Amino acid sequence: MTKRITVTLNNELRSLDVEPSDVLLDILRETLGVKSPKIGCERGDCGACTVLLDGKTVRTCLILAIEADGHEITTLEGLSRSGLTPVQQSLLKHNSFQCGFCAPGMVLSATELLGKNPTPSKDEVKEAISGNLCRCTGYEPIIDAVVAVGKKAGKRA
Amino acid sequence: MAFAHEFDYVKPRTLREVVKTLARYGTRARVLAGGTDLITLIAEDVVTPAVVVDIKGVPGLDKIEFKNGVLAIGALVTFSDLRDSTVVAKRFPVIREMTGWVASVGIRNRATMVGNICSAVPCCDSGPILLVYDAAVLVAGPSGKRKVPLRDWFLGPRKTVLKRGEIATGIVVALPKKKHGACFVKLRRYEGEDLAQASVTVLAYADNHYRISFGSVAPRPIRGEKIETLLESRSLSDELIQQAVRLVPGEIAPITDIRATKEYRMHMVGVMLERGLRTAVSRITGSGPAYGTSVI
Repeated sequence: MTKRITVTLNNELRSLDVEPSDVLLDILRETLGVKSPKIGCERGDCGACTVLLDGKTVRTCLILAIEADGHEITTLEGLSRSGLTPVQQSLLKHNSFQCGFCAPGMVLSATELLGKNPTPSKDEVKEAISGNLCRCTGYEPIIDAVVAVGKKAGKRA
Repeated sequence: MAFAHEFDYVKPRTLREVVKTLARYGTRARVLAGGTDLITLIAEDVVTPAVVVDIKGVPGLDKIEFKNGVLAIGALVTFSDLRDSTVVAKRFPVIREMTGWVASVGIRNRATMVGNICSAVPCCDSGPILLVYDAAVLVAGPSGKRKVPLRDWFLGPRKTVLKRGEIATGIVVALPKKKHGACFVKLRRYEGEDLAQASVTVLAYADNHYRISFGSVAPRPIRGEKIETLLESRSLSDELIQQAVRLVPGEIAPITDIRATKEYRMHMVGVMLERGLRTAVSRITGSGPAYGTSVI
């Protein structure tokens, strides 16, 4: 039974038809055409499919598309519309990624953290990205990059 | 790609409507709150509902309230909501301590505490915490409302006392009137996101009453009643703690699974009990490791 939903995707109002059994991750990628949320474990463990739903990180593999009706979704594409954000610049500078599969989820988790806590400690960064798996880097350059954003912000304050 | 299995989806605006739908469909209906458990079960074809009842449209279920010494947690309150709540941090710091070790931020932003006890997996973190507080589950159903004490709630793995047409609408936790301290000890394979290999919760009162519970070491979260009786009205000593640890094998029934062997669980619960007791007691006076500091 098809149902009409409306979501605000990266500041743009989008209406579309979904089946109740459609998963948000698949709809984002295939119907709405945003490819930054990745298909990883499909059970909420790896964080590759992360987006911001009403400003909070969520696993889109564990959400029905129909649940997103009336809500606001921000993906990596929406985040960096007017150029790379400070955390993205820092990740780039620290050469934090290799394959990049985890990058969208990492960036969004770090963005959520920095929004709540602009100067996180190393442990707080580890905690914030503990649901985002990276199989390339051993996490160190990712953690360093996020901590560095906080240190820079701390100096400005 | 949708799930192989198709289902209908409803999002009622009232509790009455929810109950009506649940009563009509029985086990063919599933309640959807955060979905972090339900969606994986549907994806793996473990459950195949005819209808999914999304309760996120029901007003009032997303509230955390503290009134007359009782904390009320609605069915839509997420672990992140609990973690960010000032009243929880101040009055129930051990609940906040637990939320820091539940899954990861992205899961905590969706997963609810009520959902956690409704899933009723033996390794759930909410069950043992609520047990030491003698919390209760608020239930609404076709024949009205009822309140189920946590100790009667779990029947076994993934089984609760909920009957056809019933839904858990919230949890109530009374703040102990007497001075107390508490500690949640969760054994994991690594720091970061993991289910409990075993958990021990201790609530200790300044006048030497103790409430102890265990997770992941029985078919459901359980209280350690023999140990509570042993410790009753006695202040902790090294000797008394050793006696308590010796009672552990009579209290729990761990199994071997992918996360640990039963022998390892049995041994570690003794270690965790000792540290949990010492920490909870030291926290009564504000000393000891701060809430949120892992002691294992």
